[in-house]
Amino acid sequence: MHNLTIAEASKKLESGEISSLELTEAVLNRIEELEPKIDAYLSVLKKEAVEAAKKSDQRRKSNKTLSKIDGIPLALKDLLCTKGIETTAASNILKGFVPCYDATVVKKLKDAGAVIVGKTNLDAFAHGSSTENSDFKTTKNPWDTTRVPGGSSGGSAAAVAADECLGAIGTDTGGSIRHPASMCGVVGLKPTYGRVSRYGVIAMASSLDVIGPIAKTTQDAALILEIIAGRDDLDATTLDVPVPRYSESLDNDLIGKKIGIPKEYFTSGMDKDVEVVIREAIKKIKSLGCEIVEISLPHTDFGLSVYYILQPAEVSSNLSRYDGIRFGHSVLKKDQNLSLEDVYSKSREEGFGDEAKRRIMLGTYVLSAGYYDAYYKKAMQIRTLVKEDFKKAFENVDAILTPVSPTPAFKIGEKSDDPVQMYLSDIYTVPINPAGVPAISTPAGTVLRDGKELPVGIQIIGPQLGEEIILNISHQFEKISGMKYKSPEI
Amino acid sequence: MLTKEEVLHVAKLARLDLTETEVEKFRTQLSGILDLFKKIDDLKLENVAETSQVTGLSNVLRGDKVSCREDLTCCTVEQLLKNVPIMENSTIKVPKVIGGSNDA
Repeated sequence: MHNLTIAEASKKLESGEISSLELTEAVLNRIEELEPKIDAYLSVLKKEAVEAAKKSDQRRKSNKTLSKIDGIPLALKDLLCTKGIETTAASNILKGFVPCYDATVVKKLKDAGAVIVGKTNLDAFAHGSSTENSDFKTTKNPWDTTRVPGGSSGGSAAAVAADECLGAIGTDTGGSIRHPASMCGVVGLKPTYGRVSRYGVIAMASSLDVIGPIAKTTQDAALILEIIAGRDDLDATTLDVPVPRYSESLDNDLIGKKIGIPKEYFTSGMDKDVEVVIREAIKKIKSLGCEIVEISLPHTDFGLSVYYILQPAEVSSNLSRYDGIRFGHSVLKKDQNLSLEDVYSKSREEGFGDEAKRRIMLGTYVLSAGYYDAYYKKAMQIRTLVKEDFKKAFENVDAILTPVSPTPAFKIGEKSDDPVQMYLSDIYTVPINPAGVPAISTPAGTVLRDGKELPVGIQIIGPQLGEEIILNISHQFEKISGMKYKSPEI
Repeated sequence: MLTKEEVLHVAKLARLDLTETEVEKFRTQLSGILDLFKKIDDLKLENVAETSQVTGLSNVLRGDKVSCREDLTCCTVEQLLKNVPIMENSTIKVPKVIGGSNDA
């Protein structure tokens, strides 16, 4: 039962073939069985999930079902605040932190009847592409447990791929939904900036952060997005635009749609086998009746620089709230005679991991007197050029196809000591966030490494608020990709 | 290459009490990352506007009345202070700010 999609389970719940309690227990058993191998979860909410499932079944009996995801077991990246439940961002500095409120996304899911089965692992504060930066544990890729699941939402992607939940929520600042979705062979959607409320989600880089679904199929991703999207009074950057019924336009035909292939994304640096998968996927998408055209996004080369200047700058500012005074790890607990300055700098030194410190240092540097103009200001200017590149491209095409990551999942430990190599694994995903446009990673095929099949995703990028068209293409492609329902042997 | 002094200066600004090993590690690593950014100097940016956010929204206001999600207004003081490291009589205890060792 744990291997059902949300859409399938929803039908079975509706017909009475299964109950939410049965489904939830099947998922909880699956978690118990696989967690020793996968380590996708930081906490499993067994008691809460069973209770929520029972309530869902009662609602169904009295015809008061709340939505299509009522009774469906979902997982949350542990970056989303959950009322009364520990929320750590996978960081030591927030170990033991218990929020007194739910993030808007969590509230919307609960109000729709979803059963939250647990909170998933991530690179601490969402800083990374492998979950190796988690202060607690490294999640393993279900396709090959000696490899990383990608990141930072690696726990969510691995949990979905291993059927340890039916769908999950991730966050994406530079690829953190799409990158692990690609490496774990699942669907991951980064919505338009402002489409989903960030309220109650631990901030990484506020002008880039978005929250979105990770799911087994495009249809499931659409079902989740319908629930979580929309304007929120508690997040002034959310867009006051009606939320379409994404799951209802998936079957539109694609005849005559123009799809752009940006030449700048197909240069050296991409794994040859990955390129074969991507080229093949483009052919298949063409066979759906689309017209494929080569386009240019001339400032692509600068995307990585723009991202790795702006993002740490915003990180350094957002992480300044962890000061050992109001919440989180504090040296005051050991010694109350320290000076204020020492409480700040010692609590932060002890509580933050390596990557958080690296980004705080980098961000502080590019914002500091004398360097602001050389780095931060320039990056904001180039952000304009990157954004314009996409805007111009979408005057001529309906969507853009690119790879998600230059390589399939890499080995645990392979890049963990080399931040530059780790950052380069985001080269195809990071330019999207400064532009704010939506993008989805859809399983495109597999490559063989050490005798094991490893999934590779294709990235479908849409214009501002173009979630419908990219979900539509993703869904149609899924039917012929040969990847739907393909799951790892664990 | 960044100097040790530069790293220590940034660490002070960032309120991080780095160890000797970390100072050396970040000196090398940050220099490597900054090298990645060199290519941005090739662009001519004189007349390019800055983009700090992409929504196009500005000055989002709400009506001047109290309105809040119901579940947020019911937080008790106790719940709100649950995560505070050191408290005294329902207040957050803070080291001396003025007249303490920081008061240069």
